[in-house]
Amino acid sequence: MSTQSPNPAAPVGAAQAGASKSAFTVKDFVIKFGLLIILAVMIIIFWRLEPAFANARNMFSILQAVSVTALLALGVTVTLAIAGFDLSIGSTAAMSLMASSYVMVILNQGTVLAVIVCLLLGAFIGFLNGVLIVKGRIPDLLATLGMMFLLLGLQLIPTGGRSIAKGMTLSDGSAATGSFTDTFLALGRYRLFDLVPLPVIIMLVAAVILWVFMERSRYGRVLYAIGGNEKATRLAGAPVERYKIAAYMISGLFASIGGILLAARVGRGDVTSGSSLLLDSVAAALIGYAVLGAKKPNVFGTAIGALFVGTLLNGLTMLNAPYYAQDFVKGLVLVFALLFTFGFASSQRR
Amino acid sequence: MTEPGREVIRIRGLNKRFGSTHAVIDVDLDIRRGEVLALMGANGAGKSTLIKILCGVHPADSGTMEIDGEAVDFRSPIEACEAGIHTVHQIINDGVVQQLTVAENLALDEICRPEGPMLLSRTAITARAREIQAILGLDLPLGRAMSELGQAERQLVAIARALSHDPKVLILDEPTSSLSEAEAARLFVLIEDLRARGVAIVYISHRMSDIRRLADRAVVMRDGRTRAEFARPLDFDGIVHAMVGHRVSEGTRAAVSGGRTVVEIRDFALTPTSAPFDLDLREGEVVVLTGLIGAGKTEFAECLFGTATPHAGSVTIDGKPLSAASPQHAIAQGVFMAHEDRGNSSLVSEFSVLHNMTLPFLRHFSKLSLVVPDQERRAATGQVGDLAIKCASIDVPIGSLSGGNQQKVVLGRWLIQPCRLLILDEPFQGVDIGARQDIGRRLRETAAGRATLVICADLEEATEIADRIVVMRDFSVVGGHSIDGLSLDALVAEISGAGTHATFA
Repeated sequence: MSTQSPNPAAPVGAAQAGASKSAFTVKDFVIKFGLLIILAVMIIIFWRLEPAFANARNMFSILQAVSVTALLALGVTVTLAIAGFDLSIGSTAAMSLMASSYVMVILNQGTVLAVIVCLLLGAFIGFLNGVLIVKGRIPDLLATLGMMFLLLGLQLIPTGGRSIAKGMTLSDGSAATGSFTDTFLALGRYRLFDLVPLPVIIMLVAAVILWVFMERSRYGRVLYAIGGNEKATRLAGAPVERYKIAAYMISGLFASIGGILLAARVGRGDVTSGSSLLLDSVAAALIGYAVLGAKKPNVFGTAIGALFVGTLLNGLTMLNAPYYAQDFVKGLVLVFALLFTFGFASSQRR
Repeated sequence: MTEPGREVIRIRGLNKRFGSTHAVIDVDLDIRRGEVLALMGANGAGKSTLIKILCGVHPADSGTMEIDGEAVDFRSPIEACEAGIHTVHQIINDGVVQQLTVAENLALDEICRPEGPMLLSRTAITARAREIQAILGLDLPLGRAMSELGQAERQLVAIARALSHDPKVLILDEPTSSLSEAEAARLFVLIEDLRARGVAIVYISHRMSDIRRLADRAVVMRDGRTRAEFARPLDFDGIVHAMVGHRVSEGTRAAVSGGRTVVEIRDFALTPTSAPFDLDLREGEVVVLTGLIGAGKTEFAECLFGTATPHAGSVTIDGKPLSAASPQHAIAQGVFMAHEDRGNSSLVSEFSVLHNMTLPFLRHFSKLSLVVPDQERRAATGQVGDLAIKCASIDVPIGSLSGGNQQKVVLGRWLIQPCRLLILDEPFQGVDIGARQDIGRRLRETAAGRATLVICADLEEATEIADRIVVMRDFSVVGGHSIDGLSLDALVAEISGAGTHATFA
C-alpha cells in the first residue's frame, strides 16, 4: 500500500494520480497495447522488406514453428500462476519425444499407445515435481532443475545414448522392426485444407481450453489466489497442496503434448531436438506478462509471446540474419518485455 | 559520567502520520540513565512507530528529541547509533547473520566498516569478538556457526554487538518472546547488570512477568498516545486497565442470552500444562474472548479451525463431534474464521474486492466448475451494501481500500454463506472507529442462527459487541461475564491474574 506523507512532493503526486484516473494516459496505452503494436509493426516491416513473409503459407509456417514452444509455454504459465516454476518442461518434452519413438520403433506398437504413454509420462513427471515441492519441501526451481537433469539422463538410458530411427541396430545386434506410423507422423505434418498445420490446431484448442480453465473456472481462480497469497488461500479452505501438484501435472502434460508434436514433425527420436525448448517457452510466458498490461502470467499473453518470438525469428531468417544472432534478439525482446511489465508499471504507481 | 536517574533522552510533542493513520500523537517521553522503562500497549498502540522514530528508521513529522540536552534529528539508523541509541529488534534473526560464525557476528560492525581494511585477518576478528564478549562477561563458542546457537545465545550476540558501541540507550523489542524460561532468566541478569552500569533501557514486552521482574517505570501507550505512567511499586491492574479498557462504559446494553447451544467444548487443554476448561457457545450470542497477548486466544481458535491440534478435549457442533484437520474440513462443518493480520492471512493483494470476497465459496457461484459472473457479483455487491464498504467498484484492487474497508471485505467474505460458528480474530486491528461500528453492527445483525466468537484484547471494543465476555489466561479460560452488570474491575483482575502469583506469559 502506498503511504501519503505530508511532504512537498505530495501535491504533485496527487495531481498525477488524479490525471491518470480521469484520462487514459499515453503511458497506460503503451503499457497495455505496446507489445501488440510492436508485433504489428514488426509484421508490417518484414512484409515490406520481404513480400513473401506475408503470404498465408509462411504465416502458418510461423505458427507451426511456434506451436511446440507455445504448448510448453502454456504449461509453464500454470506453474507461474501459483508463483512456482517448472524448469523440467524442456526435458519432459524431450522425454516424450524419445518415449513415443521407443514405443513405435523398438516396441513396434501403434499410434494410440505411443500417445497415451507420452501423456501419462508427462502427467506423472509433473506429479513427481509437485510431490517433491509440496511434500519434499524442495524449492520449486531446485526440484524441477533436479528433475530436468534426471530426465535428460534417463531418456538416453534405454537406447544407450543413441537417437532412435527406423531400422536402427539394437543392443542385441538385431535391427529395430518398428517404424513411425503414418497416423503419428500426420500429427506433426498434416495440413488441414492443405494450409493449416495440425499442430497449430492442436495448440490453439489447448490454448482455448486452458484459457477457459484459468480465466473462467473456479480452479483457475484458486490457482491465481495461491500465487498471490498461499496462506490466505489455505485459510479460505482450498486444498492448496493438491492444487499445486495439479499445476505441475498440467505443466508436464502440456510439455508431453509438445514432445509428441515434435516427434511427429522430426520423424525420429533425436536426442538433441528438445534443447532450446525450455528457454524459448519460458521467454514466451514471461513476454506474456506484458500483453494487455496483465502484469501476471496469463494464457492469452503466453500465446502472443510465443507468436512474437516466432515471428521475429522467422522474419530475421527470411532477411538472412545470421542464426547466431537469434538468441541475442530473443534475449533483447525478453528484457524489454520485462521492463514493460515491471519497470514502467511500478514507476506509474504513486 | 552523569549521575543515574538523569534524563538521557527527552522527547516532546512527537507526532507521526502514515496516510490517514495518526500513529503517534503528541508523545512526551523521558528516558533516564540506569533505569528500565517498560513501554507497553496493545498491538497498534504506536509503540513500534515510536521506537522506529527513536532509532532513526522513520523521521518524525513534528516534535523535538534531545539527547543529553542536545537537539537531534535522525535521518537514518546509523545516525541514531552514532548518537548512542542501539536497538535489538524483535525478530533477532534480522540482527544476526546465520551463515557466519559467532566471532564474525560479534565483530560484524567492524567487518562492515567502509573505511576498514580490505583483507580481514581471522585473529583480528577473534580478538575483537573477545573484547566484545568481555563487556558482557559472556563465554560464547566463537568458532561455531551462528545457526547452531539457541535463540537465547543469538539474542545475547545481538545484544553484545549493540553494547560494543557503549550505548547510552538500549532498546529491547520483545526480547523474551522466543526464549525459554531459563534463557529469559539469563537475559534478565544481563539487563540488571546493564542497569547498574547506568545504561538506559527501554523494554518493550507484553509479558507481565518480565515487567514485574525488571521495570522501574512503565509507560502505557494506546491509540498513539502515552496514556499513563507508573512508577515502582507498579500497579499491574492499573497498567492492564490503561492498556485495554480506559473508556469502557459498564452495562450499556442488554445481553442476548442466546438460543440453543451450538458448540460444546469439554475438558479442553491447549497444552500439557494448561488447565482444562469447558465452554459453550450458543446461537445468536456474540461471545468475546479476551486476555493479554500470549494468553492462548488465537491458539484456541486455531484448534477449532483445524490449523492446530489441542493437547486434549472434545468439541461438538450441534451435538456432532467436530473433526477439523484443516480449514477445508472446518469450513465444510460450518466453522468459518477470519484471521488476525488480514494482509497476510486473508487477502490476496493482486485480487479485486470481488475476487477476495468470494474466494472460499466459488463452488456456490459455479456451474460445471465455471464461475457464473452474475451470481458472484450479486453476492459481493450485497455484502458491499450491507457493510457500507467504500470502494469505487467491486473490481478495484483490494489494496486501494482503507484498512477498515479491507477488514469489512474480510468479514463480508465469511457472511456470504451461513455458518454454525463464526470466529473473528482481532477484527478491529488497524480499523477506524466508523468501520469498527459498521462491522460490529453487521456482526450483531447477522448473529441469529449461528454462534459467534470474537477474539479481542481491547475491552472497549469487546464491550461494544459482546453479549458475554470470556477471559483467557495461561492458555485456559478463567472466567466468563455477561455484559449485563459487567464489573470492569473484576474483569481486569481476571485478565491480569491479580491476587495470584502465577506469572503469565
